[in-house]
Parts: sequence; C-alpha cells; structure tokens
Amino acid sequence: MDKFDRLTAVAAPLPMVNVDTDKIIPARFLKTIKRTGLSEGLFHALRREADGTVKDFVLDRPAHREAQILVVGENFGCGSSREHAPWALLDAGIRCLIGPSFADIFHNNCFKNGILPIILPQDQVDRLMEIAERGANATLTVDLEAQTISTADGESIAFEIDPWKKHCLLNGLDDIGLTLEKDTRIDGFEEKQKLGQPWLYG
Amino acid sequence: MAKPRTLFDKIWDNHLVDRQDDGTCLLYIDRHLIHEVTSPQAFEGLRLAGRRVRRPEATLAVPDHNVPTTDRSLGIDDEESRIQVETLRANCAEFEVPIFDVDDIRQGIVHIIGPEQGMTQPGMTIVCGDSHTSTHGAFGALAFGIGTSEVEHVLATQTLIQRPAHNMRITVEGDLPLGVTAKDLVLAMIGQIGTAGGTGHVIEYAGKAIRELSMEGRMTICNMSIEGGARAGLIAPDEITFDYLKGKPMTPKAGAWEQAVAFWKTLPSDEGATYDKEVTLDAKDIAPQVTWGTSPEDVVPVTGTIPGPGDAPSQAKADAIARSLEYMGLTAGTPVNEVAVDKVFIGSCTNGRIEDLRAAAAVAEGRKVAEGVHAMVVPGSGLVKEQAEAEGLDRILTEAGFDWREPGCSMCLAMNADKLKPGERCASTSNRNFEGRQGPGGRTHLMSPAMAAAAAVTGRITDVRGLR
Repeated sequence: MDKFDRLTAVAAPLPMVNVDTDKIIPARFLKTIKRTGLSEGLFHALRREADGTVKDFVLDRPAHREAQILVVGENFGCGSSREHAPWALLDAGIRCLIGPSFADIFHNNCFKNGILPIILPQDQVDRLMEIAERGANATLTVDLEAQTISTADGESIAFEIDPWKKHCLLNGLDDIGLTLEKDTRIDGFEEKQKLGQPWLYG
Repeated sequence: MAKPRTLFDKIWDNHLVDRQDDGTCLLYIDRHLIHEVTSPQAFEGLRLAGRRVRRPEATLAVPDHNVPTTDRSLGIDDEESRIQVETLRANCAEFEVPIFDVDDIRQGIVHIIGPEQGMTQPGMTIVCGDSHTSTHGAFGALAFGIGTSEVEHVLATQTLIQRPAHNMRITVEGDLPLGVTAKDLVLAMIGQIGTAGGTGHVIEYAGKAIRELSMEGRMTICNMSIEGGARAGLIAPDEITFDYLKGKPMTPKAGAWEQAVAFWKTLPSDEGATYDKEVTLDAKDIAPQVTWGTSPEDVVPVTGTIPGPGDAPSQAKADAIARSLEYMGLTAGTPVNEVAVDKVFIGSCTNGRIEDLRAAAAVAEGRKVAEGVHAMVVPGSGLVKEQAEAEGLDRILTEAGFDWREPGCSMCLAMNADKLKPGERCASTSNRNFEGRQGPGGRTHLMSPAMAAAAAVTGRITDVRGLR
C-alpha cells in the first residue's frame, strides 16, 4: 500500500447524500480477479448515458479532471462491502475523501488502500464544497501528520483520525505482516478457546 | 458485581486476542465464508506473500453472485463470470478450503447456506466479504461484512484488527398484525432510523415482536441491518434458535450439544446492560411496507402515497428525493397501490428461504401472473429448492405462471444474466433499491415475498391483505 503523508491537489465537489457503492462502481464491473483497471466503472451511471455518451460529470470537467480529493455528502459509500469501490477511486487518482460521514465498511476499506477519508462537521464540509467548486484554481493541502487541511487562501481546518489508522497510513504498513508477528498470541487464544468451547474445533 | 454487559460486549470480550493501548483490538474470527467476487484478490495476495490459510476447516466457499439460475449443466456463458467461478474453485483446491460447488445440492447464497448447514452458531464471530453477513446475527453471532483486504487478513491470521462498535437496541413491542412480516418490520425500522442510523453501531433487536419471529424472520431482520448503516445486527439466542440448529450437519453432536447450549444460554444481554442508542417501535402500527425511491430508507406503507421534495427535512434530502423520483419515473402524491410493475423477483439472502417461498406460493395458489409481467422465483439454495419441490411449491408457482429457477444471488444485484432492462419496474424481495442495482436504469421496489407475489398476480403494487 502507498503511504499517505501530505497531498496538495485539486478537490472535486460531489454533494449528493447516500452515495452507495453501487453508484461508485456498479456490480457488473466487479467481474474481475484484479485490483487494478477499475476506474472504467467509477461512477459509471453518473458519467455515461445508457448509449455510452458522456454526461457532464464533475470528474470529467477540465477544472476537476486532475482532482485527487473528493468532497462528498453524508453517508458516502453506503451499501456493499466491495473493496472495488476504493480500488476504482484509487485507479482514478483519488487519494483523499472529505465528508460529514462515511459508511463503516467503505471507510475501513479506504484505509487498507492508502486512501484517507476525513470526517468533518457539515458546515466545514459545506465550506470545502464551495472551494472545491472552484476546481483547479483552488487546491487543498491535506497534511496527515499535522491533521490539517489548508486552503489556497490560507485557511486551516483540523481533523480527527484514529491513531492506529494514521500510523498505518503514514507508513504504508501491511497489517497482515503486523498481525502475523502476534502469531503466538493467536495460538494461545485458540488453545484456550478449544478448552472452553471444544465444539468449535469439532 | 461485574458491570452488566450486552450480547455484543460478551461476544467481543470472548474473542479478544490482543488490545493495544490506543484501543485497537485484534479479534479472533471463528468462521469465514467466501464467495467468488470478493476473494480472488485476497488469494492472490496470499500467493504473492507466500502465506497460507490459517484454518481452512473454519472457512467455507461457495459460488453464488455470478452463477446462472438456469440449467447449470450448460456452464456459464459469460466469460468473466466463468473465470471468477473457476478462480474460486482453483483457489480452494490450492489452499485446501472446502467448497460447495455449482453442482452440489448444498450450493446457494452464502448467507443462506451458513445457517442451513448449522455452521452459524450463537456466540461466534463470523465474517464474509459481503455486507449481508449481518444475516447470521439472527443466531446471536457477531457477523459482519468485510472488504477484500480483510478477507486476506482473516485467511492468513484468522483474526481482524477492529475497534469495538457502539451498542444500539431497537425494541419492537406488541404483535405484528396479520399479513405483516419480518420484511415489513425491518423496512419500517430503516424508514425510521434512516440508512445511516446505525453507523458505528451493532444493532440488537429485542422485544416481543422479535422474540416471536421464526429464525427465518429473524434472519430477514438482521440481513438488512446494513441497510440501516449497522455492520451487524444481533438477536439473543433462545429455544427457537436451539430448535432450528439441532441436528444440522455442522452443529455440535452428542454430549457437546448440551455443553454448547449451556454456553449459548449465557450470551443474552444482562439485565441492566446499557445501550448508546435506543429506538422503540410498536408492531401494531406497522403495515406492509414498500420502497418508492433509491435508498432503503425511502419507504412507505402500501396504503400511503409517493412523497415529494416538499416532505424533506433539508435541501440535500429534497434534492435526493427529486432525483429519486426522476430515476424511478414516479410523481409525488401518487397512491403506492397504483404503481404498475413489469417484473417480480422473489429470492435473495433477505427472502430466499423456504418460509419466503411458502408465503409467495400461498398468494400465488389459484391465481395467475398478470399479463405482461415476468415473475421469477430464485430459491436461496439447492436445499431450499429441494424442500420447496418436496412441498409442491414449485408446482403451485409454475401453474400460476412464475418462472422457477436454480439458486443464487440472481437479480438482487444482477451480476449474472438476470437483470432489469432500463426503465423496467420490479417488485423485489431483495435488500437494495439503489440506482442500477438490478440492472442499469432498472427501478426497484423492495417488499416482502407475499407482497411481491401479490404484485405479480395483479400487475401493480398491491396490499396483500386485501387479497386474502
């Protein structure tokens, strides 16, 4: 997983509420055995008409084509557990999401892929949404170490983040490797559980 | 005296392998279900890192999302679908993970087969790379959906890195009125709390109306916890749970059964346990429910009308309603029971079990599917299908003009050939009415199996209580 420390980039506004993972990437794009190449399906129904012609979606506009940050509405990523949703965002260059709330599984999946989802109060999201409307003329700088978002006008907004997730993201850590270091504890747990609930090992 | 604990607290405490100073926990996972869509990249990760599956015997694989619901002996036409199913088969062989393959009578939707085999048991932690893993919470197991990176983590370590969720309780007192089912109840609950109402929480369902549900009804409730934003739902195990499990292929046998039941009886929340969030509903107020929009919270009683942007509490919600109405091709103020349907889908991990098929058949018996409507019934597993056929439900349904299919996820998410065409309107017993969920441009109305069958025979959304 790529590290995330500091990012200065164009932000794109996506103010819709309850953007579900089917909207982020429809199920028919999940028929892959790879993690890459999924940007083709990203926001497909918002970007393409049924006949394939291109709609006027924010990420396809010149001002936002280079966006690496998405400012989103409440409950972004609700629905399915498909990690294809963050994979598709990552494949399209998105590394950071800012919104008032995220669905739990999606939120977790982002961290596993080097994407930083930031939760802020609605009024601050509204403010960043306005800035994001200005596209390439108004980049944002996200500093994970300092836990701040700075605007081109010099404004600074602080954000909270789980300390462990921050640590993993800053260092691009493979958490399976970290857990395997606790192998003897897992062995110990299993031995104890086997004594108390032997039917689980039948 | 120890602090009273909830069912969730107890299962959590029982599975703690490690707790870091920052509160991050390593949680042991008892059972892991996998399917073809969210596992290939996880196995690939293991292979690249030279890792093995820690407990293949605690893992069970089944192809379900992509499989055709027509004659299986013909194989899978769609090349990408076929490759995913073949990849699952090859990965299971390489890593020695048990699999119920397409030609196995036990094959079916992953959340139907776990309970059916008795793999799902009270007090367990169960995960799967699928958000409807919450279904298994009906047994008092902590069960939740995970992404593919976490699937790989569980395969390699039999654990997950987690933080404890908050406790939420929804209490449903009173009795469900005649003709009102578990599906109506869960849709009404989601309508009340909203699609993010349970975010960060595990919902424990309690109260008389919940206790009196069958295991299948309880599974329908817990299944849709994720549609209320909660990763997991829980119902305290009781005699109904134990009766359901007894004698299932993977449940404890002989002396171990009594030992297991004694342990399971210690699991229900203690008297005086506290919850971070509480919601109460009265069952008697609930009518059959139907969704009208593109979020599961967009729900109204079948006796109601389609709402409009003017009913929204905020501008963002008003915009969402306007967008939903446009997508759904509906006008605010229209009575729900005037909405005509083109398709009917009865099945899914929400409502693809035997009681669901019985409910549909009871409505279909002696009636005919309306002119111009295509109504499809997809049993949740090979064993559900076999049972239904033994009871003659297939005959009742096919005589009424329903299309009787092979088991799988089917048109719940339209990854196989079963899908809506743009603009088609479907009465569906599945769990999500998202835009394009049942096919690009398709329009989904969620409801119970009896209500879906009623829509099939009348050709429009219909209050099933008037048909009886």
